Amino acid sequence: MGLKLRELWEYRELLYFFTWREVKVRYKQTVMGAAWAIIQPLFTMLIFSLFFGKLAKVPSDRIPYPLFCLAGLVPWTFFANGLSQASSSLVTSSNLISKVYFPRLSLPISAVLSGAIDLAISCLLLVGMMLYYRQTLTLRCMYLPLFFLLAFVSALGVSLWLSALNVEYRDVRYAIPFLSQLWMFATPIAYPSSLLHEPWRAIYGVNPMAGVVEGFRWALVGADTAPGPMIGASSCAALLMLIGGAFYFRRMEKTFADVV
Amino acid sequence: MNEIAISARGLGKQYHVGAIEQSGRYKSLRESLTRSASAPFRLIHSLFAGHRTGVDDRETTIWALRDVSFDIKRGEIVGVVGRNGAGKSTLLKILGRITEPTTGQAEIYGRSGSLLEVGTGFHPELTGRENIYLNGSILGMKRAQIAQRFDEIVAFAEVERFIDTPVKHYSSGMYLRLAFAVAAHLETEILLVDEVLAVGDYRFQEKCLGKMKDVASSGRTILYVSHSMSSIQALCKRALAFSDGRLVADSTPQEVIAGYIGGTLENIHSEAPDPQRPTITRAEVTLDGQSILLSIDFESPFPLTPPVFGFVMHNSVGAPVFGTNNTADPIDPPPPSARAGRFEVAIPAAHFRPDRYLFSFWLGDPFIDHYMREMILHINLNSAVGGGLPTDCNGNIYLPTRWRFEAASGR
Repeated sequence: MGLKLRELWEYRELLYFFTWREVKVRYKQTVMGAAWAIIQPLFTMLIFSLFFGKLAKVPSDRIPYPLFCLAGLVPWTFFANGLSQASSSLVTSSNLISKVYFPRLSLPISAVLSGAIDLAISCLLLVGMMLYYRQTLTLRCMYLPLFFLLAFVSALGVSLWLSALNVEYRDVRYAIPFLSQLWMFATPIAYPSSLLHEPWRAIYGVNPMAGVVEGFRWALVGADTAPGPMIGASSCAALLMLIGGAFYFRRMEKTFADVV
Repeated sequence: MNEIAISARGLGKQYHVGAIEQSGRYKSLRESLTRSASAPFRLIHSLFAGHRTGVDDRETTIWALRDVSFDIKRGEIVGVVGRNGAGKSTLLKILGRITEPTTGQAEIYGRSGSLLEVGTGFHPELTGRENIYLNGSILGMKRAQIAQRFDEIVAFAEVERFIDTPVKHYSSGMYLRLAFAVAAHLETEILLVDEVLAVGDYRFQEKCLGKMKDVASSGRTILYVSHSMSSIQALCKRALAFSDGRLVADSTPQEVIAGYIGGTLENIHSEAPDPQRPTITRAEVTLDGQSILLSIDFESPFPLTPPVFGFVMHNSVGAPVFGTNNTADPIDPPPPSARAGRFEVAIPAAHFRPDRYLFSFWLGDPFIDHYMREMILHINLNSAVGGGLPTDCNGNIYLPTRWRFEAASGR
């Protein structure tokens, strides 16, 4: 069974239009508009800094705690929003799926891709915070695109599973907020992964977002040593998830139109 | 060169229907509880097996399409008729690759496009312009193609002034016109069309039919599903009739339509009331001396203020002959607001030539048609009632005419 990637490529304009539609309508009829992309990580950062940073005195690898946790929240927010958007993408486009043929993969892909705008906006917030804490950019930030890609692959990989499942089992819709909450605490956002020692830290990397968050933090705010093994583990996990998800999606998509 | 455009061999499509829901009984609470308690286990069981939720022995299956084979040549325009649920839409979905057949296979030679329901993929928050691009690309057009035909599409839809307004502010007519316009400009070799002409007002329907004729004459292969017998006759040289998922006729539109309509109709139609919308629960057409009598009972979950009933009579090949309603022909005294009641209409039979006449019904209030059934009753008028002339060349309506003759003088 092939993945029919060539066909997906032929429909790349559709992918573009879907992504563009998502971006375009995301903040329609909201008062705050794109500011929501900032509000979400900003307020989470404030709460975390107060409770984990100030009160619980969670260590933060000698980085100012607000900066430490924001550097984790920015990629996390991209991941979590991508997950929730993409997982429901097939169901919200059910009338399209039951009426027109197009590569179904383009729906979850564009849903995750459309989060890139929000990611860019929240990166501005992060840059602002770095200026405030007089943190300078190093050459390490050259690695950033790699971590963006890893975040995208992780989000898409999980979304392929969940979106295909959601077509048949609407339970997924209820499970996702819960899942992403659990996952957030299983990811080193409020605390550093350096609490663990090798090899446990690398094993922790099977959570692909652990590698993304630690890598992102390392590239921007310079958490001492590069978490290499962990990122390696995360990359493998994310790729496996993506490939498995793509095959699962392809197998299930034959019945989407009948079931959705 | 390949002469065949679409080839279907033994196509079948099976759907799972919950037996419990189908018989209309309510599930017992105990049953619901045990089902939901065992749900996680069934989920895990069926998750990797790749089949659907709760396919167990309590569920039955239906064949929406069964053992259908046919070939369509390049450039042929083929109409598809059948009642609701006869399998027409399922056929189009299989040919359009939207769903896979359970048995058999369909081969499509050439690029195909589906016009399955106009307006799918329109996003209310986007402007007309944006939706043209979005919808066009969903239907499989390239961006350059859309740009090239953009003005044509806008002009056809007659929405020039509102092209940069979000479509949620469009009237339903404008919305449908734009949607049809995008779909009609799709340039694929094979076109699968489902009921697209049922949009907009009469004038726009005419325009759509004209557009379809243009498309038809451009040498493309078209499979055209419609309830409108007259548009099938106008467009197609061949028609397929479906009944209960089987292909029952494959011939000229005239023969197929006459056979399809003739065989299945009664002069009484009854239907269970729908808790959601007004329903004609019983409709009967009888002949009483020189009058055709319609007797229509309806029930509605909400009051219709006042109820408006309309009907159209069609001839034996489905062309509309005459229609009216109680807005056009007011009832004296006017009906009060009502949730149930009976309309009785007497139509002078003497004005109709002998033929089989079919009736379509509408029910609603002065603003909305809540209920509509096309060609569900029939009556045969023979020469004893109508005028005694054949219908095929003289039309269906007989009107009293005044004649004069003067012999030329001097011969």
